[in-house]
Amino acid sequence: MINTMEIMETIKMISEEHLDVRTVTMGISLLSCAANDMDTVCTRIYDKITRQAENLVKTASDIETEFGIPIINKRISVTPAALVCESIKNSESFVKIALALDRAAKTTGVDFIGGFSALVHKGATRGDCLLIDSIPEALAATDKLCSSVNVGTTKAGLNMDAVKKMGQIIKHTAALTADSDGFGCAKLVVFCNAVEDNPFMAGAFHGVGEPDAVINVGVSGPGVVKCALEKVHGADFGTVADTIKNTAFKITRMGQLVAQEASRRLGVPFGIVDLSLAPTPAVGDSVAYILEEMGLEQCGTHGTTAALALLNDAVKKGGVMATSYVGGLSGAFIPVSEDAGMIAAAQSGALSLEKLEAMTCVCSVGLDMICVPGDTSAETLSAIIADEAAIGMVNNKTTAVRLIPAPGKKVGDVVEFGGLLGSGPVMAVNERSSCDFIHRGGRIPAPIHSLRN
Amino acid sequence: MRAVITVVGKDKVGIIAEVSRVLSENRVNILDISQTIMQDMFTMIMLVDVSEAAIAFSALSDTLSDLGNALGLTIHIQHEDLFNSMHRI
Repeated sequence: MINTMEIMETIKMISEEHLDVRTVTMGISLLSCAANDMDTVCTRIYDKITRQAENLVKTASDIETEFGIPIINKRISVTPAALVCESIKNSESFVKIALALDRAAKTTGVDFIGGFSALVHKGATRGDCLLIDSIPEALAATDKLCSSVNVGTTKAGLNMDAVKKMGQIIKHTAALTADSDGFGCAKLVVFCNAVEDNPFMAGAFHGVGEPDAVINVGVSGPGVVKCALEKVHGADFGTVADTIKNTAFKITRMGQLVAQEASRRLGVPFGIVDLSLAPTPAVGDSVAYILEEMGLEQCGTHGTTAALALLNDAVKKGGVMATSYVGGLSGAFIPVSEDAGMIAAAQSGALSLEKLEAMTCVCSVGLDMICVPGDTSAETLSAIIADEAAIGMVNNKTTAVRLIPAPGKKVGDVVEFGGLLGSGPVMAVNERSSCDFIHRGGRIPAPIHSLRN
Repeated sequence: MRAVITVVGKDKVGIIAEVSRVLSENRVNILDISQTIMQDMFTMIMLVDVSEAAIAFSALSDTLSDLGNALGLTIHIQHEDLFNSMHRI
């Protein structure tokens, strides 16, 4: 029998330190739903998702009860919709597709569905353009739908036409959801080096290299890591790294167990466990608090990037042995509005957009859930995306941008999203213009080290 | 299926008796019990077999939770594999 101390450690992690599985995400291929008629595609999409994911929520709830592990979200990711809809004949908006996906999400009872997406890192097809143009209206008209656009890769470089376009799309999305402070933008991610098996929203989609259906799991647990570090207060960095690795191992084993059980019970192959420390707005479940526990007065001060680099690396080293397949984004997340410590740091002025950008060089994923003033221009948004995508492209890693230019809000105001998305203080952007740079258009070539063959 | 029951709270007369009674009524077999006082708290761990249980796992979990509330204790029941996977390679 397992010893008492170990059992009590697990119970304490769950009941007091916010250990949970953030998401069980079922990836579903919609390639078989393609047709040249909009209504047929919508029907096929709805039917396939509701059939494949019929038991997803119930199965995850059963696992939750039997193992006593909270599973916060059940989600679905689908093939990028632009691919599925490419051959629809007339050039009508893809909002109907968005509504069909949203309806399927509601029928199956999942929290989110991701995959209203286009991959345009080298250029856009007719379907990609139609989808991107539909994003603002689609996000305003749906509740559960998430959208993402990949604008660059290390191999292809950056599609600066798409970067320019996405600044405008984000502005338009904010305008159409102005009554909820631009909430639509919280469901839209712009990626560089997007991954095909990400279980986390808003950027999840089911890549074309994936099987018909798959189960991916994302773990959480910043609170557990922070509590473990409290016990080695003042110790050297070797001890800090070891403590994080040990904790990450246990967290990931739990994720692996849930993934295997869900896969077996649903009869769907197990894909990956995403080794991520995903915070929630709950006090004590914050990545920023871990960095502060390492000895920083407040997240954002000098030393923050080094602390985050250590944390991110140790989480991967601890987690990688705990699961047979690692994938997704795998790293520490730093979404500002979803992390109590980040919110406090941004409000006090300790954490700036520039520091966040530096932090994204050493962790997953990018500038996430950041509210900026409502009057920020589309070109400035595009330029922020370009900077972040360049970091991803050059460093061969995934970076993402999820910005909310909250209509009517100014620096210092707070935007409330509620639930897992939390609340975000509006952060200052550089007010100098990037307009001429963004309007050049074309592509930024792939970096020299992409030529590896 | 084997599960681990944990009972934590202030010590008093009859805790084991009450928990055992509920398990017996629901045809849950006790395989092992250990009990200790950790940081002034009564802590009991039971390994049980629920494969012959008279009620569904979720109902058993609720019943034990209610009993815990009545006794002023915290009672959890969880699949044994959770602890095996987190603490054993």
